[in-house]
Amino acid sequence: MSAPIASSQKLQKAQKIEIYSRFPRIPALHFAVYVGLGALLIASIGQVSPSPERLWDGIPRIFNLMDRMLPPETDPAFLVRMGWRLLETLQIAIAGTVFGVILSLPIAWLSARRISPLPFGSFLFKGLVSLFRTIPDLVWALIFVVTVGLGAVAGTMTIVVDTIGFCGRFFAEAMEDSDQEPQVALDAIGASKFSILMSVVLPDAMPSLINTTLFALEKAIRSSVVLGLVGAGGIGQELKSAFDLFQYHKASAIILSIFVIVLIMEWITDRLREKVK
Amino acid sequence: MLQISKIRKTFGELHAVNNVTLNIPSGQMVGVIGRSGAGKSTLLRLINRLADPTSGTISFDGTNVTELKGRDLRLWRASCAMIFQQFNLIERMDVLSNVLVGRIAHHDFVSSMLRQYTDEERALAIRALDRVGMVQQALQRAGTLSGGQQQRVAIAKALVQNPKILLADEPIASLDPANATRVMDSLRTINQNDGITVLVNLHTLDTARKYCDRIIAMRAGEVRFNGAAHELSNDLVRDIYGEAGLETGIDESVTSTSIEEASSSNDNQQIA
Repeated sequence: MSAPIASSQKLQKAQKIEIYSRFPRIPALHFAVYVGLGALLIASIGQVSPSPERLWDGIPRIFNLMDRMLPPETDPAFLVRMGWRLLETLQIAIAGTVFGVILSLPIAWLSARRISPLPFGSFLFKGLVSLFRTIPDLVWALIFVVTVGLGAVAGTMTIVVDTIGFCGRFFAEAMEDSDQEPQVALDAIGASKFSILMSVVLPDAMPSLINTTLFALEKAIRSSVVLGLVGAGGIGQELKSAFDLFQYHKASAIILSIFVIVLIMEWITDRLREKVK
Repeated sequence: MLQISKIRKTFGELHAVNNVTLNIPSGQMVGVIGRSGAGKSTLLRLINRLADPTSGTISFDGTNVTELKGRDLRLWRASCAMIFQQFNLIERMDVLSNVLVGRIAHHDFVSSMLRQYTDEERALAIRALDRVGMVQQALQRAGTLSGGQQQRVAIAKALVQNPKILLADEPIASLDPANATRVMDSLRTINQNDGITVLVNLHTLDTARKYCDRIIAMRAGEVRFNGAAHELSNDLVRDIYGEAGLETGIDESVTSTSIEEASSSNDNQQIA
């Protein structure tokens, strides 16, 4: 009998505390920070958000643009050229992903904690991967257009760097998460770091590595589509010139084809992912 | 002959192994007993050099093990096989590949990359699996086996290392009595037929008494007893396990994991 009484007393005590703690005193510094954040939000909305009038004025223009876009261009000569450009886009994405993944593997190994053969050097490779990741792909594309010239080569190199930024990190995490115990066993047998990588770490991390690669491929296809906007090859180039020359029928055909390609590739990678499971 | 002299391993303030000196002649089967945290595991890890000693030396047949580096260290580790409580197999790989991993220290960069093994090594692996009665499961994934089967695969892996010493760290602590018996029988036959020195950490006193030529008892990082099994008296046991609260002392059958029936009914499974 005493247990419920004790617990109800405890409950009362808890409620009492809650009443006191419901209105916490805000320290002056926190208050100042809140006011500052509020001011920043209001100022930002005022500067960059669309005003209701602008939205209102924009609606007829959207319909106007759609009117000029439809129907999409179906001229066979144009469709053939577009087809080649789409193929080039896919080539950029696939070649870039494959090279990126191949380069990511050693970089991930060197940067993975405990698994890396470099006892203290791993932060160097982690930093390199972070650098690749934090600079946006369009900026890399601009850099490569300047260094290797306009066209698909610059696009492929952009995808390579972008893929290393993505896979380098997630490969390293997958390696770090791989099963510890067999690694200790191999260490005890006298295996080298490289043997441990090949015999335990890679087989164990393989499903995760394949998954990451498929995501990287999806990502590469999406970004290879826009790389042409800055002159790095692919369908984006065609899209940009269509907009520049006010050829909106062509633009809509290109946008539709991009949509279909991305959808198909996502469907394929989804199927492959299910296979890996 | 394994000579351990004044070995010490400290983790911060803790003396995991404190001034241990032991001489273990080749071919002995030695049971190391003691409470959890007494330093048994650390002692084995020091011998294999998975852990480096704070001070002291370990030497084997005149070679100073504590000073080995690089390739020599890896070859020492290869000749000093280790078996773990959790088996530590590569669960996604098949049994045969797991056993072949035991040869890895003898392979160079390229062949370990391609995981290529010679026909002799494959034959060696099959013979080792045969000795522990696991040939039929050779192509099964290691992760699908029971704990006892996995530990036998681990023993086969140790065998293909051609070890001079076998270190077993609580090899039967996660196994049921029948499998525990089978694993201990395997270790003893390897010790007797191949003349390999076996050091085995055990939680169960009666197992140590039954299987080992010699018992080393540790407490708080120090060796409290070092002698034949029959010399280990109840007073000493009480000292080692330090059961202040237990009035009746330690009943060995309570902690026992062995069953007599298992060893006789599995005679056909036993190691040749």
